[in-house]
Amino acid sequence: MDIFVQQLINGLVLGSVYALVALGYTMVYGILELINFAHGEVTMFGAMIALAVISALIGAGVDLPGVVVALLGLLAAIPACMALGYTIERVAYRPLRHAPRLAPLITAIGVSIVLQNVAMLIWGRQYISFPPILPQGYHNLLGARITDVQIVILITSVVLMIALTLLVQRTRLGRAMRATAQSPQLAGLMGVNANTVISLTFIIGSALAAVAGVMVSAYYGLAHYYMGFLLGLKAFSAAVLGGIGNLAGAMLGGLLLGVIESLGAGYIGDITGGFLGSNYQDVFAFFVLILVLIIRPSGLLGERVGERA
Amino acid sequence: MKTRSKSVWLTFIVLAVGLALLPILVQAGLGRSWVRVMDLALLYIMLAVGLNIVVGYAGLLDLGYIAFYAVGAYCYALLASPQFGLHLPFWALLPIGAAAAGLFGVLLGAPTLRLRGDYLAIVTLGFGEIIRIFLNNLNAPVNITNGPQGVNLIDPIRIAGFSFGKTHHLFGLTLSSPQLYYYLFLALTLVTIFIALRLQDSRIGRAWAAIREDELAAQATGINVRNIKLLAFAMGATFGGVAGGLFAGFQGFISPESFNLMESVMILCMIVLGGMGNIPGVVLGAILLTVLPEALRYVGDWQRAWIGHVVIDPTDLRMLLFGMALILMMLFRPAGLLPSNRHKREYHNES
Repeated sequence: MDIFVQQLINGLVLGSVYALVALGYTMVYGILELINFAHGEVTMFGAMIALAVISALIGAGVDLPGVVVALLGLLAAIPACMALGYTIERVAYRPLRHAPRLAPLITAIGVSIVLQNVAMLIWGRQYISFPPILPQGYHNLLGARITDVQIVILITSVVLMIALTLLVQRTRLGRAMRATAQSPQLAGLMGVNANTVISLTFIIGSALAAVAGVMVSAYYGLAHYYMGFLLGLKAFSAAVLGGIGNLAGAMLGGLLLGVIESLGAGYIGDITGGFLGSNYQDVFAFFVLILVLIIRPSGLLGERVGERA
Repeated sequence: MKTRSKSVWLTFIVLAVGLALLPILVQAGLGRSWVRVMDLALLYIMLAVGLNIVVGYAGLLDLGYIAFYAVGAYCYALLASPQFGLHLPFWALLPIGAAAAGLFGVLLGAPTLRLRGDYLAIVTLGFGEIIRIFLNNLNAPVNITNGPQGVNLIDPIRIAGFSFGKTHHLFGLTLSSPQLYYYLFLALTLVTIFIALRLQDSRIGRAWAAIREDELAAQATGINVRNIKLLAFAMGATFGGVAGGLFAGFQGFISPESFNLMESVMILCMIVLGGMGNIPGVVLGAILLTVLPEALRYVGDWQRAWIGHVVIDPTDLRMLLFGMALILMMLFRPAGLLPSNRHKREYHNES
C-alpha cells in the first residue's frame, strides 16, 4: 500500500511538471494548430541556463542560502526562455503561417535539432548535476515519503496553473487569446493584433517551460542537452490526453500521465510476471498517446475533432 | 522524334556506364570509406523511396519510418548471427525481414487510419520510439535483442555461395567488399525505384493521390480508403524492411542506436529536400543528405590547417547544420529542389 501511495506522490509531482510543459503545447496548438516541437528544448534551455547561473554563483563564492541561489537561477532562466520562445516564433513559424502544414512541422523539428545541438556545444554531452543546495528534508505521508522539493514543485505548479487560468479567463489578453484561437481573422476585425497575441502566447508558454525545466532538473538532480526531447513528447502526450487546445485538459492530462507513468513503472514488473521491468517507464506516454488518439482523439476534456489536424 | 529517343538511349548508356564505374573511380580517388558512404547512400535512397510511398504518394505523414528499417535489420540480424545460432540463407532472410516489416506497417496503419497530419506524425513517432525502447530492453529476462549492446557478428550477405563480405577477383578486376555491396545495392535500388515509378502511375498510385488530395472525395468515387491507406503503410514498410536487412548484412553489427528518431527525421528530410512525391527529387535528396555530412569530416582538417587545432568537433556540427538546413529550406524552398508538378502548384497557390 505504501508503495502505491509513494508512486502516486511521485506521479503527481512529475505530472505537475508535465502539466506546465503541456500548457505551452496546448496554448500554441489552440491558436496556431501547430505542434511546437521545440517546446521541449525550451524547457531544457531553462534547466541548463538556471544550472549555469547557479554554478557560476557557487563558483563565485556567493554566500547566500541555497534556496535563494536556486531562485536566482530560475529568475535568469525565465526571461532567457521567454526571449527564446519569441525568437523561435518569429524566425521559424511566423514566415510559414500560411504555408502547407508540413512546412511549419519541419521547421519545428529543425529548431528542436538546432537548439539541442547548440546546448550540446555550450554545455557538452555529459549529464550536468544540480548542485546539492536545496533542503533535503522530507515528511511522512500515509506511510510514504514526500520531500520538501516535491512539495515546492507541486505548490509552484498549482499556483502557476491557477495564475494562467485567471490570465486566460479574466484579462483582456486572455480574451484576445481565446478570440484568436477561435478565428484569427474575426479577432483581427475586432481590433486584436493576432501576431502580438501569438508572440505573447509563445512567451508565456516558454516562461512556464523554464520553470518546469528548472523544477525537473532539481527533482532528478540532473540536466542534459537531450532531456527536452522526451519531456516534450510526454508533455505533448499529456496535452493530447487532456484534449489539445484545452488548458484544464492539459493540467489534467499532465497529472494523469505522471500518475500512469509512475504507477505503471512501479507495477509493470508484477503485472507481466517480471518480463518487463521499470525500464519501460518511457513507453507509457506513447501507449497513452496512441490509445487516446484511437479511442477519443478529442481527449478527455476537448471538443476539437482529431480529423482537423 | 527519332533523334529524341536516340538521346534518351545515349543518356541511359552514359548513366549506366557511369554508375558501373563509379565505385572503382571513387575507391581509387577518395578511398574505400567513400565507397561505404555510397553503399549507405543507396540504402538511404531505398528508404527514402519507400517513405515517399507513404508520405509523398499517400500523404500520410510518418515520423516512425525507421522502425520498419529496424524490424528488417533485426530480423536479419537475429536469424543470421550467433545470437540464436541460426544462419539462414539470404533468400530466406530478406523476404522474412520484408514480410515482418510489412506486417508492422499494417499494425501501425490499422489503428491510425482515422488520423491525419500532425496527429498521425506524433503517433507514428511514438510507435517508432516504442519499437526502439523494446529493442533496447528485450535482453532480460529472456535475451532476444541483446539490448543496448546490439547484435554482433552478423553473417555478411551471401548469394549462391558468393560472399559480399570478401574481396573477389572478377573479370580481371579486384573488387573490395564495399564495391561488391555497391553493385548489389544498386541493383536492388533500381528495382525499388522501378516499382515506385510504376506504382505512381498505376490505379493504386492514383488512388493514393486521390486520398492525399481529398479523402472524402476519394471515398465518394468508390476508393476503399482503408485498404488503400493500409497498402501504402505496408508497401512503404516493406521497402524499409528490405533496406534494413541489407543494412544488417552489410554492417555486420546493429544496435538500437541506429534506429532513433533522428534517422526517421533524416529520411523525411531527404524526401522534403529533394521534392516530395517526385522520385528523382527523392533520390537527389537522399544522396545529398548522406554525402554532405560525410564531407563535414574535412571541416576538422580545415580547422587544423587554419586555426591550428580543432575548435568544434565536426561530428558535433553535423546535426546543428542539418537542423539549420531544415529551417532555411522550409523558409526559402519549401517544395524541395526538384518538386513534383502537383506539389509545385500547391505551394504556388497557397503562398
